[in-house]
This record gives sequence, structure tokens and C-alpha cells, in this order.
Amino acid sequence: MSLDAHGEHLLRELAPQVLAAVMRRFGDFAAAEDAVQESLIAAATQWPLDGMPQNPRGWLIQVASRRMTDTIRSESARRRRESQGAGPDMLDTRLARTGFSDVDDRDDTLVLLFMCCHPALSASSAIALTLRALGGLTTAEIAHAFLVPESTMAQRISRARQSVRSSGVAFEVPTSGERAARLGSVLHVLYLMFNEGYATSSGPDLRRPDLSAEAIRLTREVHRWLPDETEVAGLLALMLLTDARRAARTTADGELVPLDQQDRSLWNGAVIEEGIALISATLPRGSVGPYQLQAAIAAVHDEAATAADTDWPQILALYTVLMRMSGNPMVALNHAIAAAMVNGPATGLALLDRVQEDARLRGHYRLDAVRAHLLERAGDRDGAIRHYLAAAARTASVPERNYLATRASRLREDG
Amino acid sequence: MKYMLMMHAPKAGWTDAGIGTWPVDDIKAHIRFMKDFATELHNAGELVAAEGLAGPEDARIVRADAAGKPQVTDGPFAEAKEFLAGYWIVDVESPERVYELAARASAAPGKGGVPLNMPIEVREVMSAPPVEV
Repeated sequence: MSLDAHGEHLLRELAPQVLAAVMRRFGDFAAAEDAVQESLIAAATQWPLDGMPQNPRGWLIQVASRRMTDTIRSESARRRRESQGAGPDMLDTRLARTGFSDVDDRDDTLVLLFMCCHPALSASSAIALTLRALGGLTTAEIAHAFLVPESTMAQRISRARQSVRSSGVAFEVPTSGERAARLGSVLHVLYLMFNEGYATSSGPDLRRPDLSAEAIRLTREVHRWLPDETEVAGLLALMLLTDARRAARTTADGELVPLDQQDRSLWNGAVIEEGIALISATLPRGSVGPYQLQAAIAAVHDEAATAADTDWPQILALYTVLMRMSGNPMVALNHAIAAAMVNGPATGLALLDRVQEDARLRGHYRLDAVRAHLLERAGDRDGAIRHYLAAAARTASVPERNYLATRASRLREDG
Repeated sequence: MKYMLMMHAPKAGWTDAGIGTWPVDDIKAHIRFMKDFATELHNAGELVAAEGLAGPEDARIVRADAAGKPQVTDGPFAEAKEFLAGYWIVDVESPERVYELAARASAAPGKGGVPLNMPIEVREVMSAPPVEV
């Protein structure tokens, strides 16, 4: 017998709360995670036989804590054997701490998120750790999401847990001084998690967990915990407004469809509505940041009934503000496209010449792709073909390569 | 037995005579072929791994110097006329089967639907020591 869908859903929801509670009591992240994983496995095998306990969360915390206690005891015993019993054992003091604090569960889970997205970790480690600790995904599922072998992902997670441990991050809400920076890295990790899912979502592979949906779910939670943080709302709106277009973004064969050629009837109207309501309510509150601006740009695209109806002057204005704020060369590229849509391809190409000098973009296929696109609009067919092919040769994405090659080929046929 | 099937592509004309210069329908037919081939291998339980590699422009050759530090130089070896474009690793019952699969991959449709008949290098993947009987 195995757990039904309701039970599995409950376990995933409770997993981070249980981990947070055990963390607060014992402190040791790596050991706590293992103990919680074991409690989840115990639940999955025992609940179908014995029935669901009255207080599932308390049941899990108890089982995980017992496991923790066992681990600490055997570790202490081992250390005593090794050190011939010299001095008091630090580990035993962890057992002395009793009871659970009365801090709200939600705060605990948020603290856990702050910890998994600690700036000491690489982005990919932070994503993996977050998916395991807060998403309740197994190592195998996470490995599948990243298309790497399970043993590779197990190592990555284990190294990440070690760096959390050795960085000595306390299990507590960041102080107000470092809070903004720490929140920034949480949002960055969630943003990358979303993109990872979005970029690899082509093709129906039902076994792959949906990273975009997971990122949206987590960002929703953060937004609920921190409703006054406008960038959290901005990021959530950005994800919703982007994800709403997902069904139109690829054909059944996995071919990429650019925004201006998408079948807009496939866009998810309800999600767009939610995203637009959120960003409209957030922008007037002041302290406008990059996520809110990107959400606003996505909203302008989503509001247009056809590609021709797109309010490009507004998009250009938003990119101009965003460019001043971020200094990211990718933003400058998009700004050049918007400028071309408003003032003609020559303006865009002139801007592109300047962007091209940015060393961070050297050899990047997007430079060639954007130039090809602008040359095509300017009527320079041969130049466009040349740059589409150069971009196709440089990209590391198969659907993108296929799209760029097809675009070059189509131009040649039409001409 | 496991084999690696390596697809080599000519380096000359990679950007100006490659797949992007074929008619749209031919590109589509080629992509569909590669996709179906991978699905078929997967369904037959013969697929271990398959990847396409990004173009050779950004390829680097790395050698360790005396101190073990990476010395990075541009590109595949200059004299090479071909580059590795992608590979499959398959687990099959017999060498005959792997030759059959390699021939299928070799005959992927190219411009005008004409089979490319490109060279596929077939190499056995080294394995654990044989079981003693």
C-alpha cells in the first residue's frame, strides 16, 4: 500500500515546517535534513497501514527528533571513544535544549528559505537545496529536473549542506542590516529556478518535476509572508505574466515560437489577470525595483490583443529605466530591440553597436540573433541570414539553434 | 554491450553551408528524424545517453602546465577537418545491432531529403571485468 495523492500533498506541505522545527531545536542542517527525510519515508510506509495520525505534523516532528537524538547520541559516543572522554561534549548540549519555540511556523519556514539561498552557496546548489528542503522533492526528482545523474545531484546537495554548516549561518531571521541583501539572494534563486524550468519546459516529459510551478509556489509563499516587500510582489507578477504564455511558446514538436508569432488564444487569461492585478497594485507603492519593471514590461506584452497592438513606446520607457537601474548588458540588448520597434531598425542597430562593446557579451549568440532580427527588419536580407547563421552556430540550446537556422532558411526562400 | 556513436561534421562551411542553408522543410525533416530516432532508442531500452554539442567556435583545448594550472587555448586542433557534433551511448545485444543503429543515424535526411550518409564513429565503451565462470 502506498500513500494517496492527498497524503503525498500533505507530506510535501509539511516537510519544510518539520525541517524548520527540527532545525530550530537541534541546529545541525545536514543531520536535520536526513532525519526529516527518514520521517517522511516512515510516514509514507506507516500511514497507509495504521491510518493518518491525528496530528500529522507533530507525528513527523517526533519521529524526526527521535532520529536526531539517536544520531547525536551515537556521534557523541563515537567522539568519546575517540577522545577518551576528555572534556564536556559539545554535542550533548544540543540534547539539553528542550521544547520547541513558540515562533510561528511560517517564520520558521521563511528562515529555512533564507538559509537555503545563502549567498555563500552557488546558485545551482541553492536551487537544489531549496527544492529539497522546501519543495519536498527527492534527490532523484531534482536530478531529473537538471538532467544530471542522481549521484551527481546527491554530491551537489551534500556539498551545499556542508557549506551551510561551515559558513556558520545561524538559524534565525537575518538582522535588519543584512536583510535586504539576503532577500535579494532569495529572490535571485527563485528567479533562476523559474527560468531553469521555463527554458527546459519544451517537450512533454511527465517525469520531470515542473520547476517553474515550484518557483511560483515558493514565491507566492514568500509574498504571503512579506506582503510589504514590493520586489517580492514584482517577481511573483513577472513569473505569472511569463508563465501564462507557456502553452504558446513552443509547438507540439518542441519548436520555439517567438512572441510576435504566438497564438495568443493559448495564453492563460486568468493567470495574466492575476499578474496584472498584482503588478498594478504594487507599482504605485514606490521603491520600484528591477523585478517590478520586468513584470510591467511582461504585462504590456500580455495586454496586447495582437503583436501589432503592443505598446512599444511604453516598453521602451520601461527598459530605459531598467537599464539605468541594472547595468545588465542583456537589458541593454532588449532596450535596443524596443528602440528599434519605436524609432526604426537603424536606431536599434546604432544602439547595438554600443552594446557590442561590452566585454561581458563578447561572442554571445544573442548579439548575433538580435542583429539578424534588426537587419531583417531593415531589409538587409543577406546580412540577416549571415547573423542568424552565426547565432545558430553559437547557441548551446537545441530548440534555439533549430529556430535560428529555420529563420535563416525561411529568409532565403522568401527572398 | 555499450557503444558510443559519434557524429562528426565537416568543419569547413559549418556556418555558411550547414543546416541553416537548407530549405525549411528539410531542416524540419532532419530535426524530426533525430527526435524520432532518440524516442525509438529510448522505447527499445537501448538509449543510455545522447547529447548534441554546441558549435566549435567556443571550443577550447586545455592542458595542464608544470604546476598543474590550466593552460587554455582556442579551438579544436587547427588541422582537424571535422568536429564532434554529438553522440549517442547505446546499450545493445550485439555488434550487429550497433552497426544497424549507426547506419540509421548516418542516413539522417539532409538537404532535399537526400540521406547525409555521414560518418559515424562506433566505439565500444570499456566495461567491468568479465564474470568468471
